[in-house]
Amino acid sequence: MTKYNDFVIRFANVNGSGSASANSMFAKALFRMGVPVATRNIFPSNIQGLPTWFEVRATEKGYFGRREDVDIMVAMNAETYEEDVECLASGGYLVYDNTRPRPRTLERQDVVDVGIPITKLILPEFSDPKQRQLFKNIVYLGALSALLNIDFKVLTGMVSMQYKGKDALIQPNIHAMEIGRNYAFKYLDCPFEFQVRYSELAKDKILVDGNESAALGAIYGGATFCAWYPITPSTSVAEAFEKHAQKLRVDEDTGTKKYAVIQSEDELAALGMVIGAGWNGARAFTATSGPGISLMNEFLGLAYFAEIPAVLFDIQRVGPSTGMPTRTQQSDLLSVAFASHGDTRHPMLFPSTPKECFDFAADAFDIAERIQSPVVVMSDLELGMNELTSDQFEWEDIRKYDRGKVLTADDLDQVEDYGRYVDVDSDGIGYRTLPGTHPSKGSFFTRGTSRDEYAVYTEAPDAYSQNMDRLNRKWETIRALLPRSEVSSASYRAGIMYYGTTATPMSESLALLDDYGIELDTLRIRAFPIGHEVREFIAQHSIVFLVEQNRDAQMKTLIVNDLELNADQICSILYYGGMSISADFIVSEVLNYYEQNKVPRLKEVSS
Amino acid sequence: MTFVKKPEIHHPLLTVNELGLKRRDYEGLVSTLCAGCGHDSVSAAIIQACSELSLPPHRFAKLSGIGCSSKTPSYFLSNSHGFNSVHGRMPSVATGANIANRDLIYIGVSGDGDSASIGLGQFAHAVRRKINMLYIVDNNGTYGLTKGQFSATNDYGSTSKRGVPNLYSPIDLVCMALQIGASFVARSFSGDKKQLVPLIKAALLHNGFSFIDIISPCVMFNNHDGSTKSYGHVRDHSAPIVDADFVAPHEEIEVDYAPGSTETIDMPDGSRLRLRKLEDSYNPKNRVDALAYVQRALDEGDVVTGLLYVEEDPADLHEVLETPEVPLSALTESDLCPGSETLDSINASFR
Repeated sequence: MTKYNDFVIRFANVNGSGSASANSMFAKALFRMGVPVATRNIFPSNIQGLPTWFEVRATEKGYFGRREDVDIMVAMNAETYEEDVECLASGGYLVYDNTRPRPRTLERQDVVDVGIPITKLILPEFSDPKQRQLFKNIVYLGALSALLNIDFKVLTGMVSMQYKGKDALIQPNIHAMEIGRNYAFKYLDCPFEFQVRYSELAKDKILVDGNESAALGAIYGGATFCAWYPITPSTSVAEAFEKHAQKLRVDEDTGTKKYAVIQSEDELAALGMVIGAGWNGARAFTATSGPGISLMNEFLGLAYFAEIPAVLFDIQRVGPSTGMPTRTQQSDLLSVAFASHGDTRHPMLFPSTPKECFDFAADAFDIAERIQSPVVVMSDLELGMNELTSDQFEWEDIRKYDRGKVLTADDLDQVEDYGRYVDVDSDGIGYRTLPGTHPSKGSFFTRGTSRDEYAVYTEAPDAYSQNMDRLNRKWETIRALLPRSEVSSASYRAGIMYYGTTATPMSESLALLDDYGIELDTLRIRAFPIGHEVREFIAQHSIVFLVEQNRDAQMKTLIVNDLELNADQICSILYYGGMSISADFIVSEVLNYYEQNKVPRLKEVSS
Repeated sequence: MTFVKKPEIHHPLLTVNELGLKRRDYEGLVSTLCAGCGHDSVSAAIIQACSELSLPPHRFAKLSGIGCSSKTPSYFLSNSHGFNSVHGRMPSVATGANIANRDLIYIGVSGDGDSASIGLGQFAHAVRRKINMLYIVDNNGTYGLTKGQFSATNDYGSTSKRGVPNLYSPIDLVCMALQIGASFVARSFSGDKKQLVPLIKAALLHNGFSFIDIISPCVMFNNHDGSTKSYGHVRDHSAPIVDADFVAPHEEIEVDYAPGSTETIDMPDGSRLRLRKLEDSYNPKNRVDALAYVQRALDEGDVVTGLLYVEEDPADLHEVLETPEVPLSALTESDLCPGSETLDSINASFR
């Protein structure tokens, strides 16, 4: 039975072999045919020579999560051949270069062998050894167009566009593609059971990764300064910001740049610069990952206590220490939430899609200036570095930036008794003044040491306590300000909560669980501090699963602590292997729970 | 960090500057540093320099790290914003602040612990980024606030108050600044106001990274016989090489030195900086020579002071970044947000 637009294909390559552009061309071709796709780049912390995999999931149902097995394997790396063959689902297709014989022991009877003599086909056609290597990828792309029924015009169109201006490269690429395509038509059973066909589903969507989306959000959100230190998987946030700013933020008349980017000497300096700029009234951000957050701790505490806006993007990877720098996790929640010594707390936003990376990035600057404190957008490698089908970005032109409570010189003339930390509005947030504003009023000394409401140094116990209490009031203001959780409730007895990229496999998980007779209400957490709707959701359900990608149930700790809750009903589903969490994993964990606790798997409605 | 306000008393004969402001308008709170601390003399010199230059006090931004030196921004320029940041990290905060608003005058005050130990990296990178600021190190060779540990600028073999010798080589921030590319490098002594005030004036008007290493003795922990950062030692071993006279616009240059030994540098505001070379062969516009001279003197135990190096046509970070004349912090939605129509084409590029 033919399955249209519903399969997982994995390309096993050696990194540095030029496979990346061919593979992403494959994904883009499907997307251009209107098919929703998710891509996953599984790569080592290495530039050349180690195994790398690229996965594309085509899905009409919007099941973008990782699957544990694959339907089509393009096995181009002899080193990983064994495991690559192993992960094929029964009935799947194994595409490989059969120029040289492979070990018989690795043959599987339940998969379809699709040998293509790629090396042999290329040899007589191209003389340049570099081209011979690169075009192997293009040959299998051509063969796949025949095997999966991909519109060849879409592929050739993409080649022409990619090499626009380098016309000499277009023809050889298309020729290599035709070699593979013609071979497939002539010698192979075309097409596979898995096929691509034109769809309308992705027509109004975009295919983009979270980091570039966040960078664009920062541009739209008015960020003028990015200070950063290179670290996987966050690097592309800063690089994309600069790339787009070069197009969008250069003054047409003068050629001056309405932005600044500094690659700092380390993450400490990166955040120090952001704080200096925030103190001085510019919208500034840094992008980093777990190790960078560790280094930024002292500055985060200063910004919390001195009350300076700053925006951080934490593109999480596997820790602790260097951990697995090219694998994904959600394991920085606790270290970010309470970063620095002393009593500190920092708000976090948890985007789940590229569109939300864009939105939250832009919003983060408004929030940071409103609350005069750092805001951390918590993405991860899975969302940040992989292209995913997403809703388009949107912007209301009437939108104004919320610069928060900042007094101008005119304002100061009206104020008799200015105090930087006086809680005039009882929301825990005082009024800022920016350096240089007024000749005689509003200047104050920013410091990390204790001070009174007028920013005057003091070690008086009451002044200190009152200040910390005010910061608690501010925390409640922040709670009300941040995006609330997305709740979907049909009053089932059990619910499932998740956040960030654990949302990606959720629709598939729910559908699979439904087949097992398990129906779950859902809640997607979008921010810390935790909204009161989470408290209600937990109270309304006798079982609440909380899905996370870390070992220590960090979100559970945050919820229980922030809402002062009893955690009895919360059952953690924790995946922390470094790949993105799959629906298969979630489903099996939920089923296990039902089995072990002898919960009837009926579609019960709570009383 | 004091909370004591100075009494508002003015001597009736005190003059006002071009802005109609008195010296008092450039002062800060009463210092809580120890009596006789060199740092207070540095603050006094900053006050005098800013006041004599008739710069508007509220257009300064004062930044510091942690330590005795870093407290001092409280003690000058009360009408400007100050930022006492974290230990060794003032340079990054100053960098960000400067990038956000290029229109303010930046003074960073640091110490030898703050800049030569915990913040050595940030110091070095601020130098290479050419931040337009005056970076002062109140260099006393000791950790005063934690009661007298050695700092990294201590000379090899100099002793602590208890007589324990320092076993490690010193870091000389002047040599580092020269080597990395600071466009204005000076060394002075907190006890030599005559030398220091014109240096600060010149540094404030210099359009680039101005570094002044000021030997500023710690009377409590590093003013004893075995110290090379004591008042006595510095007075005995100080070797002025280039004195800078600051000549305000329209002011006449007095000719009282042998010709050939002076050089004049025009400053952006029309004032001039007259360099009086106390040794004819010294060339304060040659980085390599300056570095060699200072290094040689250090090896011989002399503290070379004065304006050691100055670039006549310096660049600052904003030129490198090609930022607009308007501060980035003053840009609004219409400058920054590309709008929905552009977003449509961005969306299209992701199809």
